[in-house]
Amino acid sequence: MADFLLYALLAGLALALVAGPLGSFVVWRRMAYFGDTLSHAALLGVALGFVLDISPALAVTVGCLLLALLLVTLQQRQPLASDTLLGILAPSTLSLGLVVLSFMHDVRIDLMAYLFGDLLAISPGDLAWILGGSTVALVLIVALWRPLLAVTVHEELAMVEGLPVAALRLALMLLIAVVIAVAMKIVGVLLITSLLIIPAAAAQRHARSPEQMALGASLLGVVAVCCGLALSWFKDTPAGPSIVVCAAVLFLISLALPRR
Amino acid sequence: MSNALIRLEQVSVGFAGQAVLDNIDLSVEPGQIVTLIGPNGAGKTTLVRAVLGLLKPDSGKVWRKPRLRIGYMPQKLHVDATLPLSVLRFLRLVPGVDRNTALAALKEVGAEQVIDSPVQGISGGEMQRVLLARALLREPELLVLDEPVQGVDVAGQAELYSLITRLRDRHGCGVLMVSHDLHLVMSTTDQVVCLNRHVCCSGHPEQVSGDPAFVELFGNNAPSLAIYHHHHDHAHDLHGSVVAPAKAGHVHGDHCKHG
Repeated sequence: MADFLLYALLAGLALALVAGPLGSFVVWRRMAYFGDTLSHAALLGVALGFVLDISPALAVTVGCLLLALLLVTLQQRQPLASDTLLGILAPSTLSLGLVVLSFMHDVRIDLMAYLFGDLLAISPGDLAWILGGSTVALVLIVALWRPLLAVTVHEELAMVEGLPVAALRLALMLLIAVVIAVAMKIVGVLLITSLLIIPAAAAQRHARSPEQMALGASLLGVVAVCCGLALSWFKDTPAGPSIVVCAAVLFLISLALPRR
Repeated sequence: MSNALIRLEQVSVGFAGQAVLDNIDLSVEPGQIVTLIGPNGAGKTTLVRAVLGLLKPDSGKVWRKPRLRIGYMPQKLHVDATLPLSVLRFLRLVPGVDRNTALAALKEVGAEQVIDSPVQGISGGEMQRVLLARALLREPELLVLDEPVQGVDVAGQAELYSLITRLRDRHGCGVLMVSHDLHLVMSTTDQVVCLNRHVCCSGHPEQVSGDPAFVELFGNNAPSLAIYHHHHDHAHDLHGSVVAPAKAGHVHGDHCKHG
């Protein structure tokens, strides 16, 4: 097997595994739009990474985190609804990223690669970052699973029972930021949330417990990555969008199957 | 008062410059049942949130017994329809709970038949019992119940009230309960506190369960219900402000501090 295909496969599988449980939380907590906004802001992170000459992965993670904090602050300070705020922040950060990039004449970057991913161009260095980030995120999700679930079911009940609710909420945002930074290279900023949401939504109909849904979502994500890469290999289609198309097909199949 | 589980001293809370709670004193002791009543917007839920520590009062003191274990039963539980969660899994969100302890708690509240049902698929009455079971799994010293009988008919209310009394007797915990009814309270209530931003009056409910007319009205449910007679010395207008002076020699106004 060609090296670049092996790297792409490993990166895609790592992302699919961590996206399963995290995507389930995104679905349960109705954070889809939030994830979308963070991923749009990722492009601004890339631009700032070039300006400040730091690693794009680090810049994206920090950028997403700052945006999450900005959002929480805005929610507390003024009366606009969350979806309005997200609707302001998502296009603004994406546009700002594009504007900043246009100022940098000496940097030639492939914008399409950032918007839609460039899975087949992953370097060993990228792969190490993706595997490391995914592993840390996965370990944290498993360790925080029960408290995160308790907070999702009823925040006040969780707080009375002594859980650090604000810290847990922040941890979940942080995890989403890390996964977005990881996923950007694979499917690009415009398609990241699809990998979080579509497998989880497909697994939802046939799961009987939160754990089944999370594991099912990981499994469906793995299948989508494999099928998408195969499609890309044999038919020369763009890799990121191929994975998303496969995930969407899996979702349609899950709708067609009768509920257990 | 030395063995109180929780004690509020001159607690005041305001939202956007509007006083919601004004100078509240309240305490709950082990084994004591305290019922909070009051009209909509009287600040009952705000007071409960202050007791639970979900809200910091603007002034005054909330004292909790160190390491107090609180079992909290929220008014309702809305779990997103996409979250596949059985009653058992819901109860197991409390650390250290296995199927046997969950089943025992559900049996105690008479809801063992729903253990494997999804939480979104059980009735309102069953959900209230499940929430009560979850509060019990914490082995609480203080049970805080926010409108536990809301939306339940009188027979169901009476049944839940005698259940709460039995639980108090068995676990010896203090109970702080919000009632949605202004006059009909649990007959085993030790103290009723009528709230309308300030404590309007407080006292013991009248034991009327032996009264033939009461028995005729509520039948077998009569023993677990009681009537609380308010003894206000003032009245409120629609906004909750104190209006009519009821005692000669003292004119009530927003500045009064009623105990």
